Amino acid sequence: MATITATAQKSSPPGILAGAAVRKLLVLALLAAVLVPFAVTRWSSGAWPEALTVDVSGPLADVSDWIIDNRDSHPLFLYFLGHVSNVVVIAVRAVYLALLAVGWAGVTAVAALVAWRVAGVRLALGTAVAFLVCGLLGMWVPTMQTLALMVVAVAASVLVGALLGLAAGLSDRMERLLRPVLDTMQVLPAFAYLLPVVLVFGIGVPAAVLATVIYAAPPMARLTSLGLRGADKEVLEAVESLGSTARQRLLTARIPLARKELLLGINQTIMMALSMAVIASVIGAGGLGDRVYQALASVDVGAALAAGVPIVLLAVVLDRVTGAAGARLGQAPAPNSRALWSAALAAAAVVAVAGRLAGRLEWPVNWVVGIADPVNRAVDWMTAHLYTGVPVVGGTADWAGRFTTWVLDPLRDGLQWLPWWSVLLAVAALAWLIGTWRTALTAVLAMAAIGVLGVWDQSLDTLSQVLAAVAVTLVIGFATGIAAARSDRVERLLRPVLDVFQTMPQFVYLIPVVALFGVGRAPAVAAAIVYALPAVVRITAQGLRRVDPAALESARSLGATSAQQLRQVQLPLARRALLLAVNQGVVLVLAVVIIGGLVGGGALGYDVVFGLAQGDLATGLVAGAAIVCLGLMLDRVTQPTERRAKKGA
Amino acid sequence: MRMSRVSRVSRMLRAGTTGPHRTRPPRTRTGRTRPKRAAAGAGALLLLTLTGCGAADMTKQASPFANAQGARTVTLSVQSWVGAQANVAVAQYLLEHELGYRVDTVQVDEVPAWDALSQGRVDAILEDWGHPDQEQRYVEDKKTIARGGDLGVTGHIGWFVPTYFAEQHPDVTDWKNLNKYADQFRTPESGGKGQLLDGSPSYVTNDKALVKNLKLDYKVVFAGSEAAQITQIKQFAKQKKPFLTYWYTPQWLTEQVPMTEVKLPPYKEGCDADPAKVACAYPHTPLQKYLNADFAEKGGKAADFLKKFKWTTEDQNEVALMIADQKLTPRQAAKKWVDSHESTWRSWLP
Repeated sequence: MATITATAQKSSPPGILAGAAVRKLLVLALLAAVLVPFAVTRWSSGAWPEALTVDVSGPLADVSDWIIDNRDSHPLFLYFLGHVSNVVVIAVRAVYLALLAVGWAGVTAVAALVAWRVAGVRLALGTAVAFLVCGLLGMWVPTMQTLALMVVAVAASVLVGALLGLAAGLSDRMERLLRPVLDTMQVLPAFAYLLPVVLVFGIGVPAAVLATVIYAAPPMARLTSLGLRGADKEVLEAVESLGSTARQRLLTARIPLARKELLLGINQTIMMALSMAVIASVIGAGGLGDRVYQALASVDVGAALAAGVPIVLLAVVLDRVTGAAGARLGQAPAPNSRALWSAALAAAAVVAVAGRLAGRLEWPVNWVVGIADPVNRAVDWMTAHLYTGVPVVGGTADWAGRFTTWVLDPLRDGLQWLPWWSVLLAVAALAWLIGTWRTALTAVLAMAAIGVLGVWDQSLDTLSQVLAAVAVTLVIGFATGIAAARSDRVERLLRPVLDVFQTMPQFVYLIPVVALFGVGRAPAVAAAIVYALPAVVRITAQGLRRVDPAALESARSLGATSAQQLRQVQLPLARRALLLAVNQGVVLVLAVVIIGGLVGGGALGYDVVFGLAQGDLATGLVAGAAIVCLGLMLDRVTQPTERRAKKGA
Repeated sequence: MRMSRVSRVSRMLRAGTTGPHRTRPPRTRTGRTRPKRAAAGAGALLLLTLTGCGAADMTKQASPFANAQGARTVTLSVQSWVGAQANVAVAQYLLEHELGYRVDTVQVDEVPAWDALSQGRVDAILEDWGHPDQEQRYVEDKKTIARGGDLGVTGHIGWFVPTYFAEQHPDVTDWKNLNKYADQFRTPESGGKGQLLDGSPSYVTNDKALVKNLKLDYKVVFAGSEAAQITQIKQFAKQKKPFLTYWYTPQWLTEQVPMTEVKLPPYKEGCDADPAKVACAYPHTPLQKYLNADFAEKGGKAADFLKKFKWTTEDQNEVALMIADQKLTPRQAAKKWVDSHESTWRSWLP
């Protein structure tokens, strides 16, 4: 709780706004004075009162049974969902077969040449190397399976997202309707909604693709809407004055003007989809994710890494290529671009045909480099020597033990000891101080919903893990971010590290984390920190670097030391970025603390894993809903909402 | 009815593009929209022909990665433990090299695997530890799953302590003395009580009820996955620390970290009927194979082979140990076993 309170106080600037904050608190205090005595006399327990919970396990079990019994007979499944599933299967299969038919040389050539035309020679080389490394690691076929799945999922996400974004960009009513939905989906941990998708579609590729689409479409929708709404007014008026119709305006002006946002949307969608590739392996996505997951079963970190590296490579390459394409959008195309494009395509075709004729479609078996053994030896050495008994500092297991006993336990027990109404009150106060009464209401309602679902204690357990992880993440993240903002060299060194950790599937480092910290909540927290740190570092560094140089210059001319500049100019001016870092940190940490259910994190994460493993909709879905509420609450509490100044624009 | 849906969609699209203005489109544009609408219609039609008209039963759809090179394919479910990987590895090797099939494997948890099996996404489960509810639903009622016979391996779940600890304190192997050792089994995660380490949520466990009903001063700590549990056990064993864990045999880890079972009150038929009142040990379960009903009938040689597949606990452990301990790939391990046990597997071939 401490960190969030601290930032909340920092974020309310002195003067007029402080008055507003006091007023808000007074209103809350008044409300509390009326409601709390009533609640206490009525339900005097500290935990969420039994009388206010609704047991949904019975109806949920019925729903689950109904779906299983009717899945092969009811028209809803036969005439609608069945077709959806079928289209997905056919599309993925078509892409997969095409990739196999082109062969490894062909795929590599096509990818490299497209990257060359879109993003330049250096990225083309990088792309080629990335694909060849996938093959060298012995992961060619799984990579193609994942690629096929990704192509279909990304295409569907972009389509769905663009349509939603179009609707929201053109109609204010749709915008009002979609905004909260998209906002919510943005903070959902993917693990939370795997179960309903699996129940309807069964284990397999269709379920994996649909879960990916649900996860990856929202950024596209948001950015499309943003792009359409952000179009230059004057250009639009000029176009309008030419007597064009609404449709012409849309096609010739608004959409082209929104190209940058659209491309950024595609970029975001691809990244989200790839990060889902491994999580979806839990529900049968196959491909690289499945290799990671299977390797983990035999505690084989090296093999998991061999499958994780291609995912990282794909993510980095796709990110850079779409990013470069976005940066090049404004420039005029080279005069002979059409000729170069056809040359590139012809070259790719030649390579593919050559590969075919040479009978070399499949990656040669003896061109495989095993990295599993050395990696496993390294991990073994690390865990053997760091686990315990390191002189002076103690081993990682000792740290984990102390962290559990002195931080996690008191935090959890404290939260669970607090009377339920005081938790609601604290949430309301925090959310209102940073945001508006709307965000406060959403946050309180989300928290209350958790109580009503009857998972109050587990949720507070999860919350305590999130808070502890966020605190550590922010301390390390801000420190590193400040270092990166102040030194170019540090930033250059950090960049690849951040890239890798941002895209590395969390499953890969779950096992080393257990080997270092033992089973329990500590490894879950550690994994969450590893995952959330890159985003926090990035946002902090960017925010600090964007601070107006003139302000810094004047501070310097007044003789401020470098520490003073940082404390009194840079940090206050970068407040927005820092708050955003907190918000992102919280959302990312929650996502991984949930996955921490796989390494002994317990609480809601365990319930979700249990629900998935046992096909138990009641446990899994209730826990999933509670996670959604928790995510919503945490997001609203840390999200400074702008006054709706932009609304008219 | 199908066409009407398509035209409604295209109407919706048009309404969307006119946006907030809601003006009637001028006459001149209708000419331009027609080809587009036609294109949308054609697209939708194509989609419907692709998927086949009428009903689409998604419970009968195969994996898109199956049969990729025009070969006959069998899809096997691999559960997350290595013993199951060993079964599948050997079955896969023989199906591919002796019978000319292509084998796909999918990793699925136990209960969802039953569901996948009934839908035909998976053709066979080679090692099942007993799921009476699912058996009733799919084998007896819906008849979408057929029994495939014994695997030949007997599984047993129990509570185990490391043998190095049991040798120093022989009386720990009786549950009545467990409370005496509770403080030695303490960890930060279990707080003031002793820790009973449990594994993956997909496994059958009565441990919470057992701890309560036997009045033990222990807390069940769920590792959340078998991988996490194994990692933790190995770390404990490296330091010769005492621990108490839910475990099962056959399991390759017992070869690396010798473990001794703690005797719980003996198992009697039906003593575990009420999950809340269980106060007895886990049964010995002859592990079973299950096949998708259609596959069992029409699966040809592959189905016959999988029905005959039967080996011993020692065989399974040998392969499992090669995978988990010597870090051979399942394929290499299977090859090694197959090369040296021809007499065993010859009899499985149809």
